[in-house]
Amino acid sequence: MAIIEAGIPFPPRQAGDRSAQAMAVLVLCAVLLLVMIIASLTVGASGTSLLQSLFAWASGEPIGLREKVILFDIRAPRTLLGALVGASLAVSGAVMQGLFRNPLADPGLVGVSAGAGLGAIMAIVLGGMLPPAFAVLTGMYTVPIAAFAGGWLSTILLYRVATRKGRTSVAVMLLAGIALGALTGAIAGVMVYMADDNQLRDLTFWGLGSLAGATWTKLFVAGPLIVLALATTPFLARGLDALTLGEATAGHLGIPVQRMKNVAILTVAGATGAAVAVSGGIGFVGIVVPHLLRLSIGPSHRYLLPISALLGAAFLLGADMISRTIVAPSELPIGIVTATIGGPFFLYVLLRNRGLLDM
Amino acid sequence: MLNATDIELSIGKAPILHNVEFQAQSGQLTAIVGPNGSGKTTLLKAMTGDLPYKGIVTLDGTDVQAIPAPSLAARRAVLPQAAGLAFPFTVLEVVRLGLTAGLGAQDSSLPQRALAHVGLAGYEGRLYHALSGGEQQRCQLARVLVQVWEPTRNGKASWLFLDEPVSALDIGHQLEVMTIARRFADAGGGVIAVMHDLNLTSMFADSILLMNSGRTVVQGNAQTVLSDEYLSRAYGCRVRVNVAPLHIQDAPYILPHMADLI
Ligand SMILES: Nc1ncnc2c1ncn2[C@@H]1O[C@H](COP(=O)(O)OP(=O)(O)O)[C@@H](O)[C@H]1O
Ligand SMILES: [Mg+2]
Repeated sequence: MAIIEAGIPFPPRQAGDRSAQAMAVLVLCAVLLLVMIIASLTVGASGTSLLQSLFAWASGEPIGLREKVILFDIRAPRTLLGALVGASLAVSGAVMQGLFRNPLADPGLVGVSAGAGLGAIMAIVLGGMLPPAFAVLTGMYTVPIAAFAGGWLSTILLYRVATRKGRTSVAVMLLAGIALGALTGAIAGVMVYMADDNQLRDLTFWGLGSLAGATWTKLFVAGPLIVLALATTPFLARGLDALTLGEATAGHLGIPVQRMKNVAILTVAGATGAAVAVSGGIGFVGIVVPHLLRLSIGPSHRYLLPISALLGAAFLLGADMISRTIVAPSELPIGIVTATIGGPFFLYVLLRNRGLLDM
Repeated sequence: MLNATDIELSIGKAPILHNVEFQAQSGQLTAIVGPNGSGKTTLLKAMTGDLPYKGIVTLDGTDVQAIPAPSLAARRAVLPQAAGLAFPFTVLEVVRLGLTAGLGAQDSSLPQRALAHVGLAGYEGRLYHALSGGEQQRCQLARVLVQVWEPTRNGKASWLFLDEPVSALDIGHQLEVMTIARRFADAGGGVIAVMHDLNLTSMFADSILLMNSGRTVVQGNAQTVLSDEYLSRAYGCRVRVNVAPLHIQDAPYILPHMADLI
């Protein structure tokens, strides 16, 4: 009774307004992410009851050294890195789809991740050849910065090739992505040929796509770039919404289209570059997550972008848990898990959007 | 007042517009007519800055290229001839995209009022992609109306640039939409509309620019422009212009001349 008299907590819902729905999904995804974070911290091959230890620690009780090491030196950086990488993969997918005005655009599919990977590989192999002053300046950030630069150049190249007069041809975009992937693959091959044994060990991990190497250092290296990239998204939302009507109309709505596109490209490059630099090529998150969300909350980027970050983080933590438990005590590369889920899903999206390919 | 002087425009190497002159007054509905491919859309795109041109376009004496995008968006809205939509927004969400810097941003009831205006009340929850072509066009018009809701603001006219706003519409909605444009002009706003139907143009327009092959044939009021001679010259077919005896304004009406076609 009292609740009814107190009135409705939300403004009355209006037909066609999906923001209440979006808020509900946002809360749901936040809760899901929290659950996944706790699960990721406590589920694994260690055998001890980490959940109890975690709650004990949270309530200020002392916990064993072994538990402490597993929780805070192994699981915590991996969990945080997984969440950040998942968020950046999903958000860069969503931003790229908005920018290309196409649900099939994804950094992994169209060669942007490959470009970022090439940047990282070049930094590892050629890094020793840099003038020392430069190496000191960029330090441990050399690899992520190079990955960012590689992702940025490939996004710009792709946008130039695939978009004419403000319209994106999906066929050209996907084909250009294949060409870009082949080209970066060839150069990466040359780099591997040039690499010494030490560097080869660093490189092997790119192909796999894994969170296994997560450390606090990696987190500090990739974290700022990812946070910076995610921080631009509130400023992109309105512009990307307007862009659905076409570039000219977005301009007439007062959007500084060129500037907005530049920021979007930088965001995609930053998020993809940082993710690739620390975890290699993990595919399909950027296509699965935004697509699922558009089905439930609609395409408005104001909600799509933040919720993609939450769901992408939760999704990747889930995939990571599968990857480290399914063949325990050994580990399946997480890229295989996301591809197993994402590959069929992508085919399904492709078939549903078949009409788009004929443009 | 909008003034386009000596507009030259090429797309690639192909020259499309040649020395076009065009004026539109606020408080008036100015129509642009001419055969398919005569450059009507191209002229509109030049004036809205979508295509680079040589010549000068001024709005109340200021070069439009010198007006910052947000202030231009607050006083000028553009309805394109063909409007696509990349993602499945609802009708309400599409119209809300028009809530820009202007007064619209504060008044959240505007989208619904605009939808009611264009005869789409009750369509708020429908997906844009599930509308008919004519309904989509009216939905886009509602978005445009929301953007410049007040025909005049701070003593300055607001402007509507409409490319074939009624071409996909049935006769009832044609009249409804033209009446909206007419009222906007009567309230002090400026309306520039590319039109196909010469009889609707005659009924609603204060001034008409007749184009052919990227050139101005003539600009003036209906009685001047809608003459046998000009129309035959521009459209390459013979027409007969009459004055409807029952028509309130003695506006000309145009019938195609059958003799040539048989
Ligand atoms: N992108 C383009 N490239 C080359 N020619 C074009 C392009 N767009 C339009 N044209 C040509 O410009 C002329 C004017 O077109 P338009 O302004 O669209 O005519 P309309 O009066 O029917 O609106 C036509 O001959 C058309 O073929
Ligand atoms: Mg046209």
